[in-house]
Amino acid sequence: MSADTDAASVGGPEDRTAGGVGLATSGASRPEPPGEGPRWRLGDRIGSVEVLAGLLILLVVFREPLAAALDTPRVQTWTTVFVSIMVQAVPFLIFGVLLSAVIAVFVPRSFWARALPRHPALAVPAASAAGVVLPGCECGSVPIAGSLIRRGVTPAAALAFLLAAPAVNPIVLTATAVAFPNNPEMVLARGLASLVVAMVMGWLWLRLGRTDWIRMPRRPELDDASRGRAFWGAVRHDVTHAGGFLVLGAMAAACINVLVPQRWLQTLADNAWLSILALALLAVLLSLCSEADAFVAASLSQFSLTSRLVFLVVGPMVDLKLIAMQAGVFGRRFALRFAPTTFAVALLVAAGVGAVLL
Amino acid sequence: MNRQAQAVVLLLLGGAVLRASVTDLYLRYVKEGLRPFLIAAGLLLVVAAIMTLWYELRPARPDAPDPGDVPDPGVAAGHGPDGDDGPGHGHHEPRVGWLLILPVLGLLLVAPPALGSYAAEQTGTALSAPRQSDYPPLPDGDPAPVTVLDYAARALFDRGTSIGDRRVLLTGFIATGADNEPILARMVLSCCAADGRPVKLGLTGDVPAGLPNDSWVEVIGRYSDRIGRDPVNDAEIPYLEVESWRQVPVPTRQYD
Repeated sequence: MSADTDAASVGGPEDRTAGGVGLATSGASRPEPPGEGPRWRLGDRIGSVEVLAGLLILLVVFREPLAAALDTPRVQTWTTVFVSIMVQAVPFLIFGVLLSAVIAVFVPRSFWARALPRHPALAVPAASAAGVVLPGCECGSVPIAGSLIRRGVTPAAALAFLLAAPAVNPIVLTATAVAFPNNPEMVLARGLASLVVAMVMGWLWLRLGRTDWIRMPRRPELDDASRGRAFWGAVRHDVTHAGGFLVLGAMAAACINVLVPQRWLQTLADNAWLSILALALLAVLLSLCSEADAFVAASLSQFSLTSRLVFLVVGPMVDLKLIAMQAGVFGRRFALRFAPTTFAVALLVAAGVGAVLL
Repeated sequence: MNRQAQAVVLLLLGGAVLRASVTDLYLRYVKEGLRPFLIAAGLLLVVAAIMTLWYELRPARPDAPDPGDVPDPGVAAGHGPDGDDGPGHGHHEPRVGWLLILPVLGLLLVAPPALGSYAAEQTGTALSAPRQSDYPPLPDGDPAPVTVLDYAARALFDRGTSIGDRRVLLTGFIATGADNEPILARMVLSCCAADGRPVKLGLTGDVPAGLPNDSWVEVIGRYSDRIGRDPVNDAEIPYLEVESWRQVPVPTRQYD
């Protein structure tokens, strides 16, 4: 019964690997790029639309057995969690994609040259602080950061924005204040630690980062002469692309949600250092929306405040769905270096800030 | 996946989101406040799909009369040489987009139920720290309607002082607690069902019997000073002294 869904969820990461390779490295590493539209093997007549139509017809026909297969409580809970992550994230994804399409198509390159300090080392804190005015969660900020880099913003500043925006905006800080009514210092600690991590990562990128790690896929539609065409082309591309990776992340998070027993957490909470590491990893695995994670952190009351701060700082910067989306937007070589480094920096900074402030 | 297929997927996703948000389906997954944003996002998806199809089907190039898969290599040939990420990428259309069919499928065909007893039994009770220090009087009426969350907070952190000997009316679903005793539970959301956590109440007195898990009941009862332990996270679970109960249909808003 559950084999179907398990197979689907296991198949997911493999799909991603294949997709990631296709995006990050040249197609030459694979002898035969499979089934991309024009090179369809079964005949010239069958394209994506036909495959899609056939697939949908099959799904409608086999709706009943499919529903029956999903009827065990565990699979049902998995499906509920998966669908709810998608439903929750879709508005943020769409608005982030629209904003990024506006940046990519309508905001002239010269604007960024004027808006940000000329020196990259100064542009990093400016971009981190700019995250304060963007109310949203991390699903929207990945395509926005991608657009910023495309429009000539120095990657260090765009990455600082990517990290800071989901954590320091007013909505998320308000949610944190509501979730921790007895610990208002948590809001300060979260905002401060997140800003510091974003700036440290920006400066680290300036010193150590190499632009050839970032492999942004070609976007021919952005060069289109017609602005309307370019805009809607960018929206279409970003929604299918970032949205596809969001699906991967949501599936992974749903698996964690259903498979990791809560009793394990109880044992981890009793050790100060282990609890910090455990909550940092949990933040990565759970892939919660940054607007919701404060409430979950509040409910993990068996853990120390510092370890919960680590949870709140790491979560919006590194998690499964973000890694998937970053691999898609910036390339896999980038994501493989950026995500672990961010994780380590966020862990250290948050633990340090927690030790001082909490 | 070519652009027309992408447009179809966007249309389906937008349609699925719209359908879920104009009906009450979305309440199984997210909070009520998200509805206007869901409707806006659904409409935008539909518009994006229509605009994509419009630009695709409009004859843009004289050398591309067939609007099927042909435009992609056409674009590649036109823009490939100035690529900055190596050969073989000019025609790239996101293959990962196929995955977007899954949420469409989830919303349109499967429409999974709200979190229920399985999730409640797997997760520790959410009430593990005091949220407020003083509790206002119960609402008027006999029995006084309160939420499971409200009762549990008053029972645990106020030790029932603000409940006194009033009768209360609670609605929740049946799940299995410690020692296979039935408990009354209700899921609490802060954002979406992924962060859903249960609030659990032990039951004494006229305990609802013979009901399968996930049955919704309306319970009338009084404060009980008995305290149990959640086997999952070792947190305290307050009890309710049940006077009477009746089975009710599943409410529209299943989360507190």
